[in-house]
Amino acid sequence: MTLTGTDARRRRRRGALDKQEARAGLAMVSPTVVVIIVAVVLPVLWTVMLSFQKIRLINLRYAGVFGSYSLDNFRQVFTAPGFTQSLLTTLAYTVGGTVLSIGVGLIAALVVRTPFRGRGFVRASMLLPYIAPVVAVTFTWEIMLNAQFGIVNQVGTKVLGWHHPIPFLSEQSGQLTLGGVHLTVPTALLTVIFFETWRYFPFAFLFILARLQAIPAELDEAARVDGATPSQRFLHIVLPQLKGVFAVLAVLRFIWTFNKFDDIYLLTGGASGTDVVSVRVYQILTNEGNIGQAAAQATILAAVLVICLAVYFLVFGRSTREAESE
Amino acid sequence: MSQATSTTPVTPRMTSVEVSGPLYRKWDRDRVETVLFRVLRWVFIAIFLAVTLFPFYYMVLLSVRPIESLLLEPARVWPTVHDLTVSTYKNVLTPVSNGGQGFLTFLGNSGLIALATVAITLAVAIPGSYAVSRLRFMGRRKVSFLFLAVYLFPSIVLAIPLFVFFTRIGLRGSLIGLIFVYISQTAPVAIYMLRNYFETVPYSLEEAAAVDGASRLRIIWSISLPLARPAVVATALYVFMIAWNEYLFALLFLIEDRSRWTVSLGLAQLAGSIDIPTTTLMAGSVILTVPVVILFLISERMLVEGLTAGADKG
Repeated sequence: MTLTGTDARRRRRRGALDKQEARAGLAMVSPTVVVIIVAVVLPVLWTVMLSFQKIRLINLRYAGVFGSYSLDNFRQVFTAPGFTQSLLTTLAYTVGGTVLSIGVGLIAALVVRTPFRGRGFVRASMLLPYIAPVVAVTFTWEIMLNAQFGIVNQVGTKVLGWHHPIPFLSEQSGQLTLGGVHLTVPTALLTVIFFETWRYFPFAFLFILARLQAIPAELDEAARVDGATPSQRFLHIVLPQLKGVFAVLAVLRFIWTFNKFDDIYLLTGGASGTDVVSVRVYQILTNEGNIGQAAAQATILAAVLVICLAVYFLVFGRSTREAESE
Repeated sequence: MSQATSTTPVTPRMTSVEVSGPLYRKWDRDRVETVLFRVLRWVFIAIFLAVTLFPFYYMVLLSVRPIESLLLEPARVWPTVHDLTVSTYKNVLTPVSNGGQGFLTFLGNSGLIALATVAITLAVAIPGSYAVSRLRFMGRRKVSFLFLAVYLFPSIVLAIPLFVFFTRIGLRGSLIGLIFVYISQTAPVAIYMLRNYFETVPYSLEEAAAVDGASRLRIIWSISLPLARPAVVATALYVFMIAWNEYLFALLFLIEDRSRWTVSLGLAQLAGSIDIPTTTLMAGSVILTVPVVILFLISERMLVEGLTAGADKG
């Protein structure tokens, strides 16, 4: 508000310098833009072009802009065995990972919301899974979940009375008995979803905590004076304030989980029913050396993502904007 | 009752008591919930600490135990004095030619790649973020949008053409190609973080310098940059972590030549091998993790602020 005055004065005084400023701005931003165009924008366009060409690693030298274009790659991708299943797996993984990481992040943010002794330590610990190298944590979890000597199965069989160790990362579907009901569950897929939650709840936690701490204390105080219980204050005061940050987190986590490669590839290699699309792209690229088909698969991945986001913004767009303008 | 009122303000209790009947009603909903949530809160804190810290504890624990001890007593989660060992670390760091796993070379590669990425990313991101936050020029909004799009873009989609491109120009397998890709991946994040800080530097300071006849570069160098130094440090550490942790591009570009492997790639490649004891690989895992955790602890506060800037606005 106080800036407006300064701003106007500045503009008047600088009138003549506008051109120079524009030139300086462009000059300063151009190195980044050049790097991004070369390493991101052109590659994306090229992916789309490659997806219509018959190119393999072996005949890479002859690849060019003027190759022959066809829809063969897409036809092959769509008719390949397991394609629909892979898309569904990706969706299940994404939705599960997104919802759980935001939910757990919310609980984490709520418990460290008010100060207590050791809060800094708790907060730092909660961020560890997110900042630690993915290769190190996937390896550690692999060992922890190992059927022979992993600590989880040790505790399970020796303390919790499991009849046999559970191959968490290599079993496609297992039997789970919950309160006398027998369920068939996709073991490996659930495991990678839980891993995803473990590794990424800190991200949601950070954003939700930042938003929580920006809620004016008077709001809570006023509700307390009016006799609202803690759960009522949470539901009617705190939760509505978090709508905006939930919307942002849902989009970000959805995008990132949908494209996730490292975590699943390192944990299961895409086996046992965790064959998500990004791992398929990698396998077509390196195992088969079929660049064109890998590009087609990647293009489909990006297209499905765009469709999901479009649907999301159509359905939730208005309420998101309202929440943001609050 | 007196204990409960001492922790919560008096007024609400008076009101609710007046409205809802008998005085000294001990366990009304408010009280039950307050006590319940207070207990639940500590239960959850304990669970969170266990779940987040235990894997790291387990990592360190296994790295100092001989493999025989692990196979003999897999359920023991505390170290004992007589079987503590550092031979795992020795083995993992020794060069391959001497029968080790050569992680020292990997550390050198990772360090070189990460430092080069940090230096060049900052060199392009500092002027870039200053321009985006301060200067009016054609296409400023488009540029901001472009940066956001990159931040969100799937790296697996980029992987194919970059793989093809670097194979064709013969840069695949070289660290330079990888560094270039890392710069493109980290520059947008760096600009996003730095921009928020440049926006907090008061205009008036820069104006004063401009009136004194300082050039724009000089103003950035000696006014804005020193003020944003904590932000620059946090950004540098974050970029370092991204480059250090990265796996997919390292896998695609460097896999063929073991002497070029990064620590991440090396650990992932060797993890599949049955010849190397798990405890030795755990030592490698600790070596990979420790630098990042130290950097994180140094920069935690700044990093959190930098990443979530804007989140508190909704």
